[in-house]
Amino acid sequence: MEVRVANVRKEFDRFPALHDVSLDIKSGELIALLGPSGSGKTTLLRLIAGLERPTRGKIFFGDEDASHRSIQERNVGFVFQHYALFRHMTVADNIGFGLKVRHGATRPPAQEIRRRASELLDLVQLSGLEKRYPAQLSGGQRQRVALARAMAIEPKVLLLDEPFGALDAQVRRELRRWLREIHDRTGHTTVFVTHDQEEALELADRVVVMSQGRIEQVGTADDIYDTPNSPFVYGFIGESSSLPVKVENGEIWLADRPIGLSAPHAPPGDATLFFRPHDVELLDGCSGCIAGTVVASRRVAGTRRVELEIGGQRQRVEIELPVGHPAAQKSRVAFRPGRWRLFPAA
Amino acid sequence: MADPEIKSWAPDHESRSAAVTESRPAQAVLMAIAFGFLGIFLLLPLIIVFHEALAKGLDAYTQALSDSDTRSAIRLTLLVAAISVPLNVVFGISAAWAIAKFEFKGKAFLTTLIDLPFSVSPVISGLVYVLLFGAQGLLGGWLKANGIQILFAVPGIVLATVFVTFPFVARELIPLMQEQGNGDEEAALSLGANGWQTFWYVTLPNVKWGLLYGVLLCNARAMGEFGAVSVVSGHIRGLTNTMPLHVEILYNEYNAVGAFAVASLLAGLALVTLVLKTLLEMRYGAEIAASRGH
Repeated sequence: MEVRVANVRKEFDRFPALHDVSLDIKSGELIALLGPSGSGKTTLLRLIAGLERPTRGKIFFGDEDASHRSIQERNVGFVFQHYALFRHMTVADNIGFGLKVRHGATRPPAQEIRRRASELLDLVQLSGLEKRYPAQLSGGQRQRVALARAMAIEPKVLLLDEPFGALDAQVRRELRRWLREIHDRTGHTTVFVTHDQEEALELADRVVVMSQGRIEQVGTADDIYDTPNSPFVYGFIGESSSLPVKVENGEIWLADRPIGLSAPHAPPGDATLFFRPHDVELLDGCSGCIAGTVVASRRVAGTRRVELEIGGQRQRVEIELPVGHPAAQKSRVAFRPGRWRLFPAA
Repeated sequence: MADPEIKSWAPDHESRSAAVTESRPAQAVLMAIAFGFLGIFLLLPLIIVFHEALAKGLDAYTQALSDSDTRSAIRLTLLVAAISVPLNVVFGISAAWAIAKFEFKGKAFLTTLIDLPFSVSPVISGLVYVLLFGAQGLLGGWLKANGIQILFAVPGIVLATVFVTFPFVARELIPLMQEQGNGDEEAALSLGANGWQTFWYVTLPNVKWGLLYGVLLCNARAMGEFGAVSVVSGHIRGLTNTMPLHVEILYNEYNAVGAFAVASLLAGLALVTLVLKTLLEMRYGAEIAASRGH
């Protein structure tokens, strides 16, 4: 099922949580809504579900305007951040709940509901736990029961709110791989919310980066990482370093010196240069480069992170070097960013 | 798949450090004061009630209880409880739902209002109804013209009892529902349940022990209420006397056995309530909110 969010605005008590957001989700796609807290990602998910109504704008399921449909009519599978399993029901009853509350002829007989629950438990690899209560399950198991329960109603769209947020790192990685497998097998259009970029980039077909109630960028993991389209995305996704620079005659200047990068199409004036700390070319001499004094050097996993103080403005940037690189021992380092991008100064 | 974080079911024992533990003599004195006080002011009277009730033997006791006025007092008390407790269950659930599950103007006011019966003397609660429904009262004339009898009749007694007992269920459920939030209800709705199914299958089971606890306390108070009921009942023997009022009448007539026999029933109710309450707290303490002690 395709989902189209068209110019949606949402206010809570006059306070805007989403400004004019539009998003097309293709059928069968796995989409991540990624952003810091307060970016509106959960609000957008709840609007798609029908747990909230938009202040303005429309939400389409396929060609049908679903904006005024209730959550029951939308037939979405929603997995809540803290799972919201019914604690007084067994695992099987939790999963069968959506079928049990159907009316009249659409409600399957009790035996069929039980069969379906076991089938879904198989799918989420929890066979044999039918009779357990949620309190008797681990966090990872509850998460999977919640997903099975959401899938039991054969939803048009599967929505997950911070699905792995409450789990520890190990379980989180396993469940991530497992969710991808389930998605590939069942083909549900799936949207999940996360503040964890690694999770979003690894799992999703496309990532929607959000900030302050707006969508900053939509794209594949490669798009988002390699060509961020705003200072926010540059800063939010992966590591980044930035320097205030000036553009003159198509050349980029740092203070009073050109740094050997040309930007023929950039408008002249103040700008900010963004680059990835690991994507730098170290230079020996320095005519047309960025040079700085080493103020700190830290070992981070497989690399060494070096903090440099640049020029007279005492601007600090970070670059990453291979662990054994001799430059890390020096007091001055000169480099030039490999892939970089310029944004007009704010 | 390994899930390392199976939830532990071991209860948390509050252990205190040696530094804040009192010396043995101090402990003994504190315990002696507590037990002595409870013994003299609570346990002793309870024993006397049963002692006096049975002072002239079991026959006199059963005879006192089979007196027709006593019988009708018992029936009236049961009737009043049977009406006012369900009313307060409905009211309590509605109020708790409104306060805990959604936002509206005047919420703080409603919350305060629910506590009013606790802060007002029961006699005042009764007097309010006299001023409202009495012959000289605000609605007295209209009621009389339409032949409706509220004061000095069952409706008045029920109203006074409802007034006095209405915080019990609501106060029990509000913190419980607030703590549980809307998550389970949203989950039920997302799975296609309608409002009624959500309430019946999800909300109610989530609060059932808290609700039972509230009902228990509400019932104990409904059956034991004296002040408010005394003002509105008119003390008509065999008609508008509830058990507590009947105890007073019998006692004033120097019918000690009769008075204490009826009192023993009320004391028995208190004991049963206490036992059930303790059982509930032991078993479902975590699910019963912390608004105890009324």
